[in-house]
Amino acid sequence: MADEQKSTWKTKVGLAEMLKGGVIMDVVNAEQAIIAEEAGAVAVMALERVPADIRRDGGVARMSDPKMIKSIMDVVTIPVMAKARIGHFAEAQILQSLGVDFIDESEVLTPADDAFHINKHDFKVPFVCGCRDLGEALRRIGEGAALIRTKGEAGSGNVVEAVRHMRALLGGIRRIQSLLFEELMTEAKNLGAPYDLVVEVHRTGKLPVPNFSAGGIATPADAALMRQLGAETVFVGSGIFKSGDPRRRAKAIVDASTHYDNPELLAEVSNDIGEAMVGINISEIPKGELMAARGW
Amino acid sequence: MSTPRPTITKRPKIAVVAMQGDFEKHIQMLLRLGAEAYPARTSAEIERADGIVLPGGESTTIGKLLARYGVDEAIKTAAGQGKAIYGTCAGLILLAREIAAGTGQRGGQPTLGLLDIVVARNAFGRQRDSFEAELKIPVLGPEPLHTVFIRAPYIVEAGPEVEILAAYESKGIFVRQGNILGSAFHPELSDDDRTHRLFLSQIAT
Repeated sequence: MADEQKSTWKTKVGLAEMLKGGVIMDVVNAEQAIIAEEAGAVAVMALERVPADIRRDGGVARMSDPKMIKSIMDVVTIPVMAKARIGHFAEAQILQSLGVDFIDESEVLTPADDAFHINKHDFKVPFVCGCRDLGEALRRIGEGAALIRTKGEAGSGNVVEAVRHMRALLGGIRRIQSLLFEELMTEAKNLGAPYDLVVEVHRTGKLPVPNFSAGGIATPADAALMRQLGAETVFVGSGIFKSGDPRRRAKAIVDASTHYDNPELLAEVSNDIGEAMVGINISEIPKGELMAARGW
Repeated sequence: MSTPRPTITKRPKIAVVAMQGDFEKHIQMLLRLGAEAYPARTSAEIERADGIVLPGGESTTIGKLLARYGVDEAIKTAAGQGKAIYGTCAGLILLAREIAAGTGQRGGQPTLGLLDIVVARNAFGRQRDSFEAELKIPVLGPEPLHTVFIRAPYIVEAGPEVEILAAYESKGIFVRQGNILGSAFHPELSDDDRTHRLFLSQIAT
């Protein structure tokens, strides 16, 4: 056998590269996973309850039942992701042993650790983590995340937080680029971010890993907005299967992610796709229930 | 003082299919090699190209989007005109005549059928089995090529006109048939540009 190295950083970030320009959909059972794959999803996120239901039900939200995750892995050929609680490395070990293709250390679940995240370098499977700004993104990458998604506000059906976080992230990158080299250490201190990654962003003008968007995307136009703002792929959670016609909406959002800069085509795919999920105003969510605030 | 002007050669126009996947990585590499590479999402963008690249990504997603927008027919027409085509990973799957049973052909995942091969999808395993390796590939010269395989396919059957340019653990992973190249690995994710040079060398100028 040739000299073979498995599960390297390059293969982890490489899978994230392969997911670019697409849509990753939350699914709660095999039937939804098949609908997602047939619509053209690049991956599915297997979880027991979509964020809108987690929000409604309250209580502690945990990793999904392995049986449910395996039932989804059995029916689709696209990558399957699953969520572990922030800091819950035992859940992540279980997900890795199931063979999921990506682990989301996610603020949508109830955090298991209120100070520390998982050391993601310890795992063979790549991780995606949420962020609200550049400092948070670079801390997660420093811990080993191979993919970053801006958090938005999951289960809200309201894109405003996704927009805010993407603008904050990209604004942070532009700011670092404008700094002089000797200013980078203080910037790293202020951001709470690893210095070497701050230097790298200063040099390249982008994150060292792909940058996706999540949390509140409900329509093809929302997907196009996030893609034009700089998201390389969109995660859609509650937005598809909490809508009136999931099949058509799923397909329309896939088309919108590809043709995000073509308004005529976006008009066409947005036609007659049924009711969108209702959605909630962020100001009506009690402060303690904001998912995006989870993460340290 | 007059210095001789460099000869201006025609830069080949390369349409990198951009329905989904790591098309930007291919574009960056092709631009570095002097080609005029651009993302292509419509038939018109395929038609004006001298060569076509099908990137890595999810073959189910890319295949559906090619068919939804009629871009699949434009690629077949270009192949019929003898234009050079190169597919990596998902692109290799899309070029194949057939996808092996049990590896994701539910609902008849459409392929372009431009390479006379049968491919098995995710054939090396799931993501935790993705790997990097140094491979000897004679057509690229004596130096081994550093290759990256991500949920990669391999070739389980090849017709008589298909040249197997490289194999890994006796599985075909790099093939050529006439002007069409396909690899299970991702040269666009490494710095070694010899595979893309080979592709560009096949473009009629």
